[in-house]
Amino acid sequence: MLLIHCPHCREDREEEEFSYSGEAHIVRPLEPEALSDQEWGDYLFFRKNPKGIHHEMWYHAVGCRRYFYATRNTLSYEILETYKVGEQPQVSAQGAAQ
Amino acid sequence: MKKYSGFSLFKNALSYHENWQKLWRSPKPKDYYDVVVVGGGGHGLATAYYLAKVHGITNVAVIEKGYLGGGNTARNTTIIRSNYLWDEAAQLYELSLKLWEGLSQELNYNVMFSQRGVLNLGHNLQDMRDIERRVNANRLNGIDGEVVTPERIKEIAPLINISKDCRYPILGASWQPRGGTARHDAVAWGYARGADALGVDLIQETEVTGIRRKNGSVVGVETTQGFIGTRKVACVTAGNSGVVAAMAGLRLPVESRPLQALVSEPVKPCLDTVVMSNAVHGYISQSDKGDLVIGAGVDGYNGYGQRGSFHVIEHTLQAICELFPAFSRVRMNRQWGGVVDTCPDACPIISKTSVDGLYFNCGWGTGGFKATPGSGYVFADTVANDHPHPLAAAFNVDRFNTGALIDEHGAAGVAH
Repeated sequence: MLLIHCPHCREDREEEEFSYSGEAHIVRPLEPEALSDQEWGDYLFFRKNPKGIHHEMWYHAVGCRRYFYATRNTLSYEILETYKVGEQPQVSAQGAAQ
Repeated sequence: MKKYSGFSLFKNALSYHENWQKLWRSPKPKDYYDVVVVGGGGHGLATAYYLAKVHGITNVAVIEKGYLGGGNTARNTTIIRSNYLWDEAAQLYELSLKLWEGLSQELNYNVMFSQRGVLNLGHNLQDMRDIERRVNANRLNGIDGEVVTPERIKEIAPLINISKDCRYPILGASWQPRGGTARHDAVAWGYARGADALGVDLIQETEVTGIRRKNGSVVGVETTQGFIGTRKVACVTAGNSGVVAAMAGLRLPVESRPLQALVSEPVKPCLDTVVMSNAVHGYISQSDKGDLVIGAGVDGYNGYGQRGSFHVIEHTLQAICELFPAFSRVRMNRQWGGVVDTCPDACPIISKTSVDGLYFNCGWGTGGFKATPGSGYVFADTVANDHPHPLAAAFNVDRFNTGALIDEHGAAGVAH
């Protein structure tokens, strides 16, 4: 059972309150009709799926019902940080940001 | 390789079973192989076996970072069936089921394939409409199946609760009598023994750390035992497929998630079939040893830890107790998780890639065990001919760009 810190509620809550929305920082194309099939498929389906540090999107489904980002280790499941949409991660696979 | 027989059993009994031959050699890796299979699970070993057996390519290595069959092959609920909705998937799984039916004889190794039948329960009207559609689609594809009533279900599995006043009453089911279970370890060992006898090198405790390429073509793999040259790399690494793909600079449309299962203490024979329910989300069978083998769902988030969230198994056991109130006092013995590579359309990827000589067989997600023979068969053909086997063509990775997805979420037994 993960304890996840919601950056909106500013509380540690159990994982059952949350749902998962996959890889973070995937920007919706501004002009979807201008994309090739290759680019559209890549946007929709292809993922980094790393073993280790992963930036991902979570939804506080039975709490504040808002989205936020988390940086989590997919092997140890340690959550290194959570941050609001629009913010940038402080921790990445290359190490902590300056 | 010495053949197993009644006579060999008798002969070895005379020396207290101390002189059985080893199942396979433990060779040092050669400098060059025609094909390197990455991943020594059931699918990888089946691929190597059919490369040697059907295509005569025997200069093959299977490279496994742990021990043979130690990943998801050893971590599943061993259910076998072929009642998939869409033609492409149904044909692939049916090929597999047909291979299962002769597998113990072909491998001269008892994989304990038991055609005890599979029930997929329906709990509401929409479930029943979907079941009828699927059974009809199956029959058009020559796959056995029938829609059965609650009374018939009770005959097949007497302990099941078909009462109308429970929260999720059972309205009916699909029944595939040819489905069943097999002994998971024996499948890996049987294929390993068969492949080894045909000259395939099984290299354990060796991890592939890189895929060396030259002008867009594969020239070999870097391993913890040094460089091994090859023109063809066939990756069958399940949950770690994304990691292996990244070695060649590729991304895949898969996400790796832990899938859990658990077994109870052994009890006397009480369930001689496989029961699955999508709506309440659980599936159960009883092993020959007597333990109830129960499958739970995948975790809601990506993970490479071979364990899962507790609330997932709690939810599954609620479903099992709803279906079989008699099992509420059975104690659970062991629980484990396997890392499965889930695809957006719940169908596998059996495909060439944009790198020449690099092939992927992955994305089996939560239901790959049943496909072990067929998966190996069509993948070996794809690798040997550098062209998709007719049954594998629809499972090309390109489908995620063309949009020709094969949506099998409905027929995936339970929705994960």
